[in-house]
Amino acid sequence: MTNDLMHLLAVTIVIASATFFTRALPFIFFSSVETPAILSTIEKNLPPMILLLLVFYCLKDVHWFQSPYGTPELFTIIIITGLHLWKRNAMLSIFIGTGLYMFLVQYDVFSILFS
Amino acid sequence: MKHGTKKLLLSALKVTFPVFLGYIPLGIAFGFLFTGAGYHWVYALLMSTFIYAGSVQFISVALLAAGAGLMEFLTLTLLINLRHSFYGLSMLEKFSDTGKVKPYLIFALTDETYALLTTTKVPEGASKSTFYFYIALLDHFYWVTGSVIGAVLGSVLDFDLNGMTFVLTALFVVLTIEQYYNSQSRFPFIAAIIAGVISILLFSPKNMLLVSILIGTLILGAHEKIAQVRRTSMILDTGNKGRI
Repeated sequence: MTNDLMHLLAVTIVIASATFFTRALPFIFFSSVETPAILSTIEKNLPPMILLLLVFYCLKDVHWFQSPYGTPELFTIIIITGLHLWKRNAMLSIFIGTGLYMFLVQYDVFSILFS
Repeated sequence: MKHGTKKLLLSALKVTFPVFLGYIPLGIAFGFLFTGAGYHWVYALLMSTFIYAGSVQFISVALLAAGAGLMEFLTLTLLINLRHSFYGLSMLEKFSDTGKVKPYLIFALTDETYALLTTTKVPEGASKSTFYFYIALLDHFYWVTGSVIGAVLGSVLDFDLNGMTFVLTALFVVLTIEQYYNSQSRFPFIAAIIAGVISILLFSPKNMLLVSILIGTLILGAHEKIAQVRRTSMILDTGNKGRI
């Protein structure tokens, strides 16, 4: 048992250090090397690109070829986008969207349509 | 002080509220899984406090059960979290004048905190480093709280949280639209769609985020290089014409 806990502590230390390392890497690297010009443009364009990729990432576990074919996710994202373009109120878009999605999956609304 | 500490903390609470709604159920899921594997809740607290990286923590529960060695934990963590290096890359300037809190801001740079920090504007007259610190600390606090709740009460709780973590997807969608309003170039979104579609179709869920960021950054880099070459050749052209 103590061996198990020692292993768990060692694992925690390894994962924590490795995670911090990946987060700190660019700061360590560019504290000694001058930032190349091309990087500053990429630096500006990275956040919008990464945010959209995080949306894709959230859909990674969707089964596109099985009922309901990702329709709850896509439908909710379209509603959130429309609502946000219309009202531009972040809290409103997020809460209506999440509420709608919870309703859709808990009551399996789209599966009923496909069955 | 132009902007009161309390007022600034309230703005940070408001900004991080969607993350609160996402991290609590996710944290509960982690804590529940973790104690389910036979560990004391104190270790869930320890991991969520010092590791603070959701996806790796989930995978580590499975790896612990499988009896994986330290090297496996190390390589897997580096691979999964390498994406965070790209986050830091776009925060070099933003974090450059944050002083004492900088190490903590770097430590706490999760997907969600990164999304908030790159999109949210610092309230007028407020200190940027304090505002960033509050956002990062609150998100961290939500994650730890969720983990402990899940680890201590996991088996007792039985309410239907199914679908609630979609709040984070909704947050990313909204922040992407905000980025769209703020950014001059449309190209990053095109790059993201190409990279996103390729990696969601061809790569496993575990790898797709890192792969898509790599592909996207390559596309951005190539696009910038082409634009640079065009600019130089235009300058050369006008230069030649001037001489003739």
